[in-house]
Amino acid sequence: MGLPVSLTLRVNPIACVGHGMCAELLPELIRLDPWGYPIVSSQAVPRPLAEHARRAVQACPTLALLLEEAAARHR
Amino acid sequence: MARLPRLLTGIGERPAELRWHERLHGPMPVLRRPGRLIEVVAASGLTGRGGAGFPAGRKMRSVAAGPGNKVLVANGAEGEPASLKDRLLLSRLPHLVLDGMTLAAHAVGASEAYLCVHGTEHGLLDSLELAVQERLAAGLDPVPIQVTGIPGRYVSSEQSSIVQFLNGGPGKPTFSPPRPHERGVKGNPTLVHNVETLAHLALIARYGDRWFRGAGSPSAPGSTLVTVSGAVGRPGVYEIELGTPIGQLMRLAGGPAEPLQAVLVGGYFGAWLPVQVAWPTPMTHASLKAAGGALGAGIVIALPAAACPIAETARVVRYLAEENAGQCGPCMFGLPALADALGELAYSGGRHGAVNQVAALLPLIERRGACRHPDGVTQLVRSMLRAFPADARWHERTGSCDGVGGPLLLPLPRDEDREWDFR
Amino acid sequence: MIINLHGPGLWYATRATGLVTLLLLTASVLLGILTAGRFSTRRWPRFLSQGLHRNLSLLVLVFLALHVGTTVIDTYTSISLTAAFVPFTSPYKKVWLSLGAVALDMLVALVITSLLRMRLGHRAWRRVHWLAYACWPVAVAHGVGIGTDRNATWVFALTMACAASVLAATTWRFVVAARLEMQ
Repeated sequence: MGLPVSLTLRVNPIACVGHGMCAELLPELIRLDPWGYPIVSSQAVPRPLAEHARRAVQACPTLALLLEEAAARHR
Repeated sequence: MARLPRLLTGIGERPAELRWHERLHGPMPVLRRPGRLIEVVAASGLTGRGGAGFPAGRKMRSVAAGPGNKVLVANGAEGEPASLKDRLLLSRLPHLVLDGMTLAAHAVGASEAYLCVHGTEHGLLDSLELAVQERLAAGLDPVPIQVTGIPGRYVSSEQSSIVQFLNGGPGKPTFSPPRPHERGVKGNPTLVHNVETLAHLALIARYGDRWFRGAGSPSAPGSTLVTVSGAVGRPGVYEIELGTPIGQLMRLAGGPAEPLQAVLVGGYFGAWLPVQVAWPTPMTHASLKAAGGALGAGIVIALPAAACPIAETARVVRYLAEENAGQCGPCMFGLPALADALGELAYSGGRHGAVNQVAALLPLIERRGACRHPDGVTQLVRSMLRAFPADARWHERTGSCDGVGGPLLLPLPRDEDREWDFR
Repeated sequence: MIINLHGPGLWYATRATGLVTLLLLTASVLLGILTAGRFSTRRWPRFLSQGLHRNLSLLVLVFLALHVGTTVIDTYTSISLTAAFVPFTSPYKKVWLSLGAVALDMLVALVITSLLRMRLGHRAWRRVHWLAYACWPVAVAHGVGIGTDRNATWVFALTMACAASVLAATTWRFVVAARLEMQ
C-alpha cells in the first residue's frame, strides 16, 4: 500500500484558449477570470474531488489542464 | 591594483581588435579539464547578469551533467530599451564575450555555440562576424561561434524564446517543463548565458575566483555593468562593485541633474523606489529585493520631482502590453486592460475607484502566463502604488497633474523602429 | 425460430440500421460542432455537448456494426466483410459501397485517436479529427447513392434535414470562429 499522492492542478497558459470546460466540471477549484481564462487553485486537490479533477483534465479541448504530483517546482 | 574597471578596462571608441584585447588581458586561457573551470566559476560566486541572477556555476554544472550533445547560447539580445550594457560590450569589447563563449562551451562540452542579438542590429551583426573571423584565423574557437539575428520583439530575448527560435519556431516563450538546461536547442541540454556573464567568465578563467571575489562583498561578489539614465549629469554605462549604494552610483554618473523624487531600479521589470529609500540601498539582488525592488539587468533611471511617475508607468505598461507574445489569455487581455486603467488614472483620473481598478487587475495577471512578462509588469505597477500612494490618490481625486504635460522620460523605442514579426 | 439468411428481413435491418447510423452520426457531428464553437446556455453547459458527442459517437459504432453485420450475413448480395472496410472490393454497387467503406475507415480513425487523445497529444489528435468534416458527407453520399430507399420521400426528407442542419451548424461555427479570431 503506497502513500497517498498529493495532486495539484496547473494550466498550460499557451495551450489554453479559454474554452471554459474545466470551470464547469470543477467549480470548487477552478473559476474563470473576466476574459474567460481559468484561475486554478494552487492548493492540493482534496481527495473527494480527485476524480472530478481527472475528468476535467480529460475534458479540456486543448489538453491544457494538467494534474501533477505536488513535487517542489523550480521556477 | 585598483579594483575597477575590470570588464571596461581599456575600452575605446571603436571595437577592440584581437591583438589589443590580448595585450590588455593576456591571451586566451588554455582549455583545461572542463570540470576545473566550472569549479572555479562556482567558487567565484558569479551570478547571471541577464536579470535573473542565477548562480552561473550551478547552471553550467547542470548542463554539463546532461546527456548527449550540449549547446551554448550567448544572449546578447538585450530587449530592455533602457539597457545599453550588452550592446556596449558586444560592440566595443567583443573578444571578452567571445573568449567567455569558448571557455563556457568547453566547460560544458557544447558542440554548438550561438551568439544572439536582435536581427535589426545590422552594424553589430557585421562587427561581431568580423571579430569571429579574426579568431577563426587565429584558431581560437574549437567550436565555431554562429552569430545569429533573432526577432526584435521584447519577449524574443527571453531564453526559452531564443531556444524556440533556434529550433526553427517563432521567437516566443515556451511552456516549461522542460527548461533549456534540460532540453533546449534540438532537444539538447542548452546553456544560456547573458553576454556580460560570459565576459566575467573570461576574466575569471584568467585571474581566478579569489580575484573575482576581490571586489564586491562576500554575499554579492564581483563587479557588474549598470546603465544609468534619466535626470543625471552623465547618463551611460558604468561598471561598479556589487553592493555599491545607489546614491554613490548616481554621483558617479554626474549626480542628479535636478531634484529627484524616485529611482527606477531593475528596468521595466524592476521597481520604483522613493529617492530617500533608494539612495542608501546597495546594488545587490538581496538588498533590492528587501527594499521591494529588483536588481534586474542593472538599469537605474532617475526620476525628477517635476515628472509624473503615474504617467511614466502608464506609458511603459502600454508598451509592454503591446509587446506580449499573444499566447496566454491573462497576459493578452490583462495587460491592455491594465494599460487602459493606468492611462485613465494618469490622464483622466478624477474618478472614484480608479486606483482600485488598477490594483484589482494585478492578481488576475501575475503568475498566469507561461513566462515572466506579465509578472514583470505587475511588479512594476505594484511598486508604483507602493512608492507613490499620494500621487495615485491625488490623480484619482483630481485628474491629471502638471508633470503629465512634458515629454516622457523613460526610454522606449520609436514606433517606426519597432518590429512586429516573431520570425 | 430460423433466421432467414435470404429475404427481406435482413434487408430491412440493413436499411434501418443504416438510417439510424446516419441520424446518430448527424447528431454527433452537430454536437461536435457545438462543442468546438463553445456553445452554452444557462441550462446547456459545454460539457453536455462534449459528453453527448462522445457517447453518441460510440453509439454510432454500435449501429454501424449492426448495419455492416446484417449486410454481410445477407446472402442476397455477396458483400464480404472485407468490402465493408476496403473500397472497390465489392461487385455490388461498387462506387457507392466504397464510399461507405471509406466513411467507416475514417470513423474508426476518428474514434481510436479520440480514445487515445491523452497519449497522442492535442495537436496530433486535432489533425486527424478534421476528417470528421469529410466523413459525414461521404457517409451521406453512400446512403443516398446506394439508392435502396431513394423513392421513399420520408427518407429523402430526413436526409435533407440532416444535411441542412449540418450546413447551418458549420456556417454558425465559422461565424463564431471569425469572432473569436478578431478578439
